[in-house]
Amino acid sequence: MPVSYGPIGPEHLATRQAAGLFDIGHMGQILVDGPRSLEFLQALTTNDVSRLGDGRMQYSLLPNENGGLHDDIIVTRLAQGSYYVVVNASNTEADLAWMLSKAPSFGVRVALWPKQTLLALQGPLSQDILQPLVSSPLDSLAYYHLRRESVCGHQALVSRSGYTGEDGFEISIPESAAEEVWLKLLAGGDAKPVGLGARNTLRLEMAYPLYGHEIDAEQNPYGAGLGWVIKPDKGDFVGKSPMLASKNTAGRRLAGFRLVDRGVARDGYAVVDASGANVGQVTSGAPSPSLDNAGIGLAYVPAALAAVGGRIHIDVRGRALAADIVKTPFVPSKVRKNV
Amino acid sequence: MPSPSDRLFTKTHEWIKIEGATASVGLTEFAVHAIKDIVFIELPRVGRALEAGKPFGVVESVKAVFDLNAPLAGTVAAVNGGVEADFTPLASDPYGAGWLLRLTHVTGDQSALMDGAAYDRFCAQEHH
Repeated sequence: MPVSYGPIGPEHLATRQAAGLFDIGHMGQILVDGPRSLEFLQALTTNDVSRLGDGRMQYSLLPNENGGLHDDIIVTRLAQGSYYVVVNASNTEADLAWMLSKAPSFGVRVALWPKQTLLALQGPLSQDILQPLVSSPLDSLAYYHLRRESVCGHQALVSRSGYTGEDGFEISIPESAAEEVWLKLLAGGDAKPVGLGARNTLRLEMAYPLYGHEIDAEQNPYGAGLGWVIKPDKGDFVGKSPMLASKNTAGRRLAGFRLVDRGVARDGYAVVDASGANVGQVTSGAPSPSLDNAGIGLAYVPAALAAVGGRIHIDVRGRALAADIVKTPFVPSKVRKNV
Repeated sequence: MPSPSDRLFTKTHEWIKIEGATASVGLTEFAVHAIKDIVFIELPRVGRALEAGKPFGVVESVKAVFDLNAPLAGTVAAVNGGVEADFTPLASDPYGAGWLLRLTHVTGDQSALMDGAAYDRFCAQEHH
């Protein structure tokens, strides 16, 4: 997937206003099978996998033994004892090795799905564009639901999900079908190919975390605002004790900010106090194409500074620029929660 | 399009057109196209003394930030405020209406700079 096919701003706005097509085949698609696969995934992830019925998806975390994260993932139940897990591209090999190391004690089969790729069609026109290519009415497919579909005659998994905050679909298909489906989705002229640059600004406007930025092997996921996908009551899981122990320690909290004046505060820039001392760090920052390129971002700041309405300062190449802590998402989510 | 022959170029993709002790400074067409997504330009105030090779401003794109470096030493005599407000001329006419600064008291070693033909060869190499 390229950074962009043309300028990033227009790709971003096309996704918000019409539709964007993303080649996300770099992401890892892992299949977990066996009678004890529920037990296996309960032990390896933080969310409660027992809540999933067939075709239901769940955002979840893959913790390490220290309570940090190997990755953030999406777990889907295909059938009883059969799960489909999508992981971040850069973590695929490590995630797979980690899961394989734990698989024998549960007797489950864990394998990368060979020769399978993934497309995402995102934006308000997505359903109108995809509908003519599939065999059944998409209107009955709810948010975070997945089902088997025939797409241009090819067997596929189609879900209503994505990483942009727009209504849209993710389409898992054999690599051999990808070019045909890609071209047919673009053929009507309503969808535009979109690259990684806009994928990042779209997710940032929604304050969705990105592994390696807001979360990583050390960061406690509670501080990242991900407590909603941690379900301690379900039973034991990898890293549970250290993760829970760090839950209530007063630490840094992830907060959304918007620069008061023009400028851009980028990943790694320091959050500073009145004396110029470093008190936090920007994890993701970019101009927001939806907000007239205002400088928005996410930063870890002391809990006392993290409340909406507060004011922080960010060292932007030697100048302390004022930023307001704002409510996230930065722009309203348009995902279709109800069918 | 070959780069113009009436000015000199830096390896960081600025141009300078010297006329006696004054000069205009801008960003090359190659750079403007490579950056693609300019969202914000920060230029110095009139009167500021620039040091050769040192940053005098920045260009922010959606994806990254780029320093603007002074090709030679000089004093800022004028700033193209129109380009700060609307980047269109920077993309459409980087060697004309898209100029960034006018300098006076221009001094420094011009031998470190490239002419248009040398700059085009430099870009062709950098591109590969």
